[in-house]
Amino acid sequence: MKRVSAVKVLQETSFYGAVAFFFVLAAFPFYWMLITSFKANADLYSVTHVPFWFNDPPTLEHFRYLFEKTLFATWLLNSLIIGLCVTAITLVTALPAAYSLARMTGRNGEALGIGIFLTYLVPPTLLFLPLSRVVAELGLQNSMWSLVVVYPTFTIPFCTWLMMGFFKAMPPEIEEAAIVDGCSLFGAFVKMAIPLSLPGILTVVIFTFTLTLQEFVYALTFVSSTAEKPITLGVATDLIRGDIFFWGEIMAGALIASIPVAIAYNLFLDRFIAGITGGAVK
Amino acid sequence: MAAVLTRDIVKKFADVPAVNGISLGVPDGEFMVLLGPSGCGKTTFLRIICGLEKQTSGEVLIGGEVVNDMPPRARGVAMMFQSYGLYPHFTVRNNIAFPLRTQKVARAEIGRKVEWASQLLGIAHLLERRPRQLSGGERQRVALARALVREPTALLLDEPLSNLDAKLRASARLEIKQFQQRVGVTTIYVTHDQVEAMGMGDRIAVIDRGIVRQVGTPSEIYDDPADRFVATFVGTPPMNIVARNGGYLGFRPENFLPRDMINGEASTEFQFRVDRSEYLGSERIVYGAIEGFDPDQVITAKLPPAHVADEWIRPGEWHAFAVRNSALRNFDKDGKRSSRL
Amino acid sequence: MVTIGESVVRPASRLRFILDRRDVLGSFLVAPAILYVLLLVGVPFLMALYYSVSAYTIYDPSWSFVGLDNFEDIIDDPVFRQTLYNTFIFTFGSQILGLILGKFGALVLLRRFPGRGFVRAMIILPWAVPIALATVAWQWMFDSLYSVINWTLIALDIVDRSEAPNWLGTPSLAMLSVIVVNAWRFFPFAIVIFLAGITAVPQDVLDAATVDGAGFWRRNYQIIVPMILPIVAIGLVFGIVFTFTDLSIVFLMTMGGPVGATSVLGFQGFQTGIVSGDVSHGAAISLFMVPVLLVVVVAMLRFIRRREI
Repeated sequence: MKRVSAVKVLQETSFYGAVAFFFVLAAFPFYWMLITSFKANADLYSVTHVPFWFNDPPTLEHFRYLFEKTLFATWLLNSLIIGLCVTAITLVTALPAAYSLARMTGRNGEALGIGIFLTYLVPPTLLFLPLSRVVAELGLQNSMWSLVVVYPTFTIPFCTWLMMGFFKAMPPEIEEAAIVDGCSLFGAFVKMAIPLSLPGILTVVIFTFTLTLQEFVYALTFVSSTAEKPITLGVATDLIRGDIFFWGEIMAGALIASIPVAIAYNLFLDRFIAGITGGAVK
Repeated sequence: MAAVLTRDIVKKFADVPAVNGISLGVPDGEFMVLLGPSGCGKTTFLRIICGLEKQTSGEVLIGGEVVNDMPPRARGVAMMFQSYGLYPHFTVRNNIAFPLRTQKVARAEIGRKVEWASQLLGIAHLLERRPRQLSGGERQRVALARALVREPTALLLDEPLSNLDAKLRASARLEIKQFQQRVGVTTIYVTHDQVEAMGMGDRIAVIDRGIVRQVGTPSEIYDDPADRFVATFVGTPPMNIVARNGGYLGFRPENFLPRDMINGEASTEFQFRVDRSEYLGSERIVYGAIEGFDPDQVITAKLPPAHVADEWIRPGEWHAFAVRNSALRNFDKDGKRSSRL
Repeated sequence: MVTIGESVVRPASRLRFILDRRDVLGSFLVAPAILYVLLLVGVPFLMALYYSVSAYTIYDPSWSFVGLDNFEDIIDDPVFRQTLYNTFIFTFGSQILGLILGKFGALVLLRRFPGRGFVRAMIILPWAVPIALATVAWQWMFDSLYSVINWTLIALDIVDRSEAPNWLGTPSLAMLSVIVVNAWRFFPFAIVIFLAGITAVPQDVLDAATVDGAGFWRRNYQIIVPMILPIVAIGLVFGIVFTFTDLSIVFLMTMGGPVGATSVLGFQGFQTGIVSGDVSHGAAISLFMVPVLLVVVVAMLRFIRRREI
């Protein structure tokens, strides 16, 4: 009796030990981000203070600095505008494409679907050279609107692929019933497929928006003036004067920018998984 | 309401023919059942008539007009799907009204017609509900109302009862048949269930591997099968078929009885070794082999209620069984019906 | 048997219903997406190809054809060879580490325990949060003076203040640091992939294995792993492609240093092509990514095809 429970205790402790390990591994840098944002500079830049908690009382000075002395608010606005515009462009192009590919049976449909999937894999670090020329030709160099033009190159393939999964999981019966009842093919798409896939569409919208927030390479390449920067680029590169990193402000900015993305991902993760497994794995 | 005619419909999916030349005529008002095993092409054929699939070759005519290049809405047909295909995000009223809205019918007229159709099917009290709030039987009635409201040229049904459990199936079957008789619309009904087919059809087209094996009334299909496939597909337990004289001989289990039960008519006698017997309450199925034929082939006999409790039929024993000659069916070596050899 | 009247064909119907033809409407619906991608991915790709065989720089935008000279130049350059080598190490190291963490993380999250939802939400963070923001957090954690990691090591008496490792300033440590950060970014995605695959294994297959006497580890390695390989392969394709071509982590943490120890293809392409303006050599460097990507993608697709159950 005693031997069995000893083994059980060992199993349980190692299990919870593993849980703690992964938790700390994943979350510690964010805890670090959090606590740094609220630490006074004197407390921050000290080699003797215990770093894991506050030695001097927490302060909002970094946040105040961000909003008053930097263009942080502008960066937030830029990212919002970029996100909304890119999402709109993406929805208009990708939804019909995904529907068509999901309902198109046969070799062509499959080949195109895979083709779309593959364009998502073409790296920005290859395309940024010619695209910077295209952007210059369009007169959008150093403007955030260059990002509005360029971001759909990866959001459209991603969005199409994800929506294909959602559309494929919908049985075609309801659209067929609508067609027999007198709808045109396009009418069936608009009146049946879209309303019935709203959860999927919402998931796609959220993920597209977060994709635009996460992007760094094109932003770094095309935008150099501070006022035009999106939030991620701004926080990572612009809170530096000469050689000095304003760590408190950087962490505060990173914190603010990360929170909406983290919340959105967590709320929609299950739907996202349903979408990719619906399409990708059988 | 119109007649439906198809000429030589062929449908190939990547060189594999799913429908291999079906020419079938359904007169106005008839209830035609397309019966066949899974994968025989009956659903594909139905969808071609509807306009949801395009045939590789052949013509579909509705009311005398070739409709090959027309979408479903131009053909005026209505279709009922396996899971009814009700619009989950619409109320029952809007489900029924939908086909009229797409045809741009006037609002007042739509209201009238929805009233009429829902009254006819006894669902007027459900108009504001959503499909998910309805029972299976209610959903079927909504689907029928929606099909009816356009006064279609033909009503096409694709195995509508296969998702129901056995108990519901019988009453649902009755309701569909009564509906059709009342309304008189040309109906084509697809199923793999021969009980449904026999019970509902004015005529049945038995389909196997993309071709029609036989078209006829239920009694023609049952008593006068055109070939071995039809003979064995319809009827439970299936017809016994034994090889004889270069061809085949067939007789149904209910006609294979103890010799003493057959008086009068000329009959053919067989020595029957009983292997197993199943008591089913209303009948008794006896399995065994007959002398002079393949000893491994299982022959079934279906004893009627009066003889169900017969104790003298025991496994291992040989008995004299017989079949009335009028109940014997002959088939040639290719399986086609032939006259007696 | 049945008499139907004369058949009537309406010739106009062909054109009237053209938008009802699945193939016609299908093409219209796909067209905008395909056009966008062709114009802004396809054409630039061809442009990159052309740059790599021309003598184009932003100071001298000449389109003259120089054949494979640019490629020869960069292959002769020891910095480039170091970069190529680094990229492989970086990718390989972080993918392996990420996969292992992902596999075991998935096993941990499979079991229901109190607080699982919250733990899962936290574990997703490294992947969810924008790469640049997470990277600056690590940058701060590795800071040469104020690194919390070093502080902990010193406090635990593992090293002396004078021996405290300079994570981003020592070549081998720098490579280790970027690998760790990338694996850290990747492992939640790996967990999600593994979880999705494992939960897709039908319960009756697992039950049959249990009845057949298979214990936990055998069930794991002989039943589950083979069945989830297709979805894991897809996850791995994404992981490899995005890691092999990444520049963000290196740009933010080490700027390719110290002395090129962490320079990767994406980063060097950026430095050469954008910062220095030598577009043709930059393009050549970036193009080195293509063969590797092609091999990975084709191999994976083949693998998935063959294993489709």
